[in-house]
Amino acid sequence: MKKSILGALTAATFLTPIAAMAETEVQFWHAFTGRLGELVKAQVADFNASQSDYVVVESHKGNYSETLNAGIAAFRAQEQPHILMVFEVGTATMMAAEGAIRPMHEVMTESGATFEPDSYIGAVKGYYTTTDGDMLSLPFNASTPVLWVNRDAMTAAGVDPDTDLSTWQNVGTVLDQLKAGGEECPLVTAWQSWIHLENFSAYHDVPFATKDNGFAGLDTELALNGPAQVAHLTAMGEWAKDGKFIYTGRRNEGGANFRAGDCALFTESSAGYAGIKSEAEFAFDVRPLPYWEGVGNSPQNTIIGGASLWVMSGHEKMEYKGAGEFLSYLSSSDVQAKWHQDTGYLPITAEAGEATKAAGFYDENPGTDIAVIQMTTNETTANSKGLRLGSFDQIRGIIDEELEGIWAGDKTAQEAMDSAKERGDALLRRFETANR
Amino acid sequence: MEKRVIFSGWLLPLLLIAPQVVISLVFFFYPAAQAIWQSFFIPDPFGLSSRFVGFGNFEFLFSDPYYRAAFGTTAVFSILVTLCSMIPALFLAVIADRLIKGSGVYRTMLIWPYAVAPAVAGVLWLFMFNTRVGVVSWYLGNLGYDWNHVLNGGEAMGLVVVASAWGRISYNFLFFFAALQAVPKSVIEAAAIDGAHFWRRFWTIVLPLLSPTTFFLLVVNVVYSFFETFGVIHTITGGGPQQSTTVLVYKVFADGFVGQDLGSSSAQSVILLFVVGLLTIIQFKFVEKRVHY
Repeated sequence: MKKSILGALTAATFLTPIAAMAETEVQFWHAFTGRLGELVKAQVADFNASQSDYVVVESHKGNYSETLNAGIAAFRAQEQPHILMVFEVGTATMMAAEGAIRPMHEVMTESGATFEPDSYIGAVKGYYTTTDGDMLSLPFNASTPVLWVNRDAMTAAGVDPDTDLSTWQNVGTVLDQLKAGGEECPLVTAWQSWIHLENFSAYHDVPFATKDNGFAGLDTELALNGPAQVAHLTAMGEWAKDGKFIYTGRRNEGGANFRAGDCALFTESSAGYAGIKSEAEFAFDVRPLPYWEGVGNSPQNTIIGGASLWVMSGHEKMEYKGAGEFLSYLSSSDVQAKWHQDTGYLPITAEAGEATKAAGFYDENPGTDIAVIQMTTNETTANSKGLRLGSFDQIRGIIDEELEGIWAGDKTAQEAMDSAKERGDALLRRFETANR
Repeated sequence: MEKRVIFSGWLLPLLLIAPQVVISLVFFFYPAAQAIWQSFFIPDPFGLSSRFVGFGNFEFLFSDPYYRAAFGTTAVFSILVTLCSMIPALFLAVIADRLIKGSGVYRTMLIWPYAVAPAVAGVLWLFMFNTRVGVVSWYLGNLGYDWNHVLNGGEAMGLVVVASAWGRISYNFLFFFAALQAVPKSVIEAAAIDGAHFWRRFWTIVLPLLSPTTFFLLVVNVVYSFFETFGVIHTITGGGPQQSTTVLVYKVFADGFVGQDLGSSSAQSVILLFVVGLLTIIQFKFVEKRVHY
């Protein structure tokens, strides 16, 4: 605490040496290190330099889970920050904690800062919006899964690198060809539950959970054992058995394999762009995430992953004004366009996307607009707006375990998903009890 | 005859034990009492509301077949960790004890791994066995063995056991080594004159004389494998693949600090407390009878 006050004072004196008036301090806790951490620091410094009424103090609190934990622990000790970064999985937890948070739309209205809910991209803000259309938090870094292609590996295995990979049917054929051509790792994935179940469901417009994926009530139940999901996982299980899909772990371990050129196809977040671009020593391509032709209303739209910024309760009015100004600044077109181009995360406003296009960024970096197109071509449906499930971090853990059962050949896709539903529902009921 | 030191008055003895009592109360009894109290509630993460559920958290846990299965996993894990950390330690201690020159260097090097934090040890082992760039998995691959602890539960278990036991060998070595030095030379020399060869002396004289140390280490290592291994499991497997390395203490950590389910996590700590308490009682009641002091 002492350190951050000291930091704030130093920052304040450094940035505005002339201002003698007391500035209002706004604490901002986030989960970014490395390049992303530097970009966040730069955003904060620019905001602080742009006005003299408020000073935003950013602090890194560990990874996503650790940052959420730090925020919760701080709230219990009544030392919570004004703005807390929470990953999408923690959305339901934050939403249910009505006494701990202040809905973003309220804060913005009271602060008088520029705020136009309609300027945000529907599929991005939808994840963090109530069924009445009120924004609860500000989407900060949002990405969506796409298909990455190692063109050199395709050529080496005798497959035309320009083959149409828009459907899983086509991908299946290509996987056969890759395997036959001697490729040892035809397909690899990151974030299996997020890509192959959560996004899969939205993309095919089938429910992942009842009650509009949990948006319409805490009494939601998982529906991930539906025929569409089971058919997809059965196919993936077959590919795993034949050595056409290589499982590398629950998180994004597969990224190392792909970036090293070991794998031909890779399903991963669009935000993988920066890493792949800097490390890959082969020609690569970004393609839309494949869908099963003829299943559900595919391709509907994919959903986002990443984090949003929540405003926490228990602070002074002036401080909320500062928080509102900062969030408004982050939403501005220039800041968003720069963020989108620097990181590969989605722009959160349509205007920022257009500005990027106008600047010729998509022409210079082909494929970087695919995620945006994939998210925004269709109006979102109840199945494709996002997910709002309590204890979702744990439920993902359960899904990971069950998926490993499929990849290892111990369970059929149906058995695994039935079990995931049963175990996940038990956690959803507990969450309902805790938050009723 | 027992030797007694009698204090005159109460103040000094109370003062002398006060620091230990205060530390125990603040860092052990208070949190344990909190855990027991919390285990009867389902609180929300922010502490805004709390719902009394009686034994509901315990019912929820025991009706979950995956939680019950974690007991089996924990038993296998604890036995393996205890064996894998004690047997090599004893072996190394016996060898180091026989050294005449340079035993100090060996000792220091053998104690070294104890300084490595569990989570760091986890990362080290994970790196060596990494399926893509790991040194060990590469050699295994050359020998024709396809190492894949990401999908193979047995291999994952082996890896977390080795990573957990590795640093512990140093600790056990230290105790075994000290105990071996305390074995009276005269007894061993007498046996040698009687014609008992090394292994015979080891089995009939040294090992029985080591039994108090062995018993102490057994208790301490079981407690270690139950409580202090989640760092290793968290960094290496995260409890997977499937649930093959989900031991009880890892579930306490994961449900409490990742899942924010403090009620269930508290109930699990209470259960774990009972299990370990019970084990320790059993050890003292049955195993200790075979210990010669």
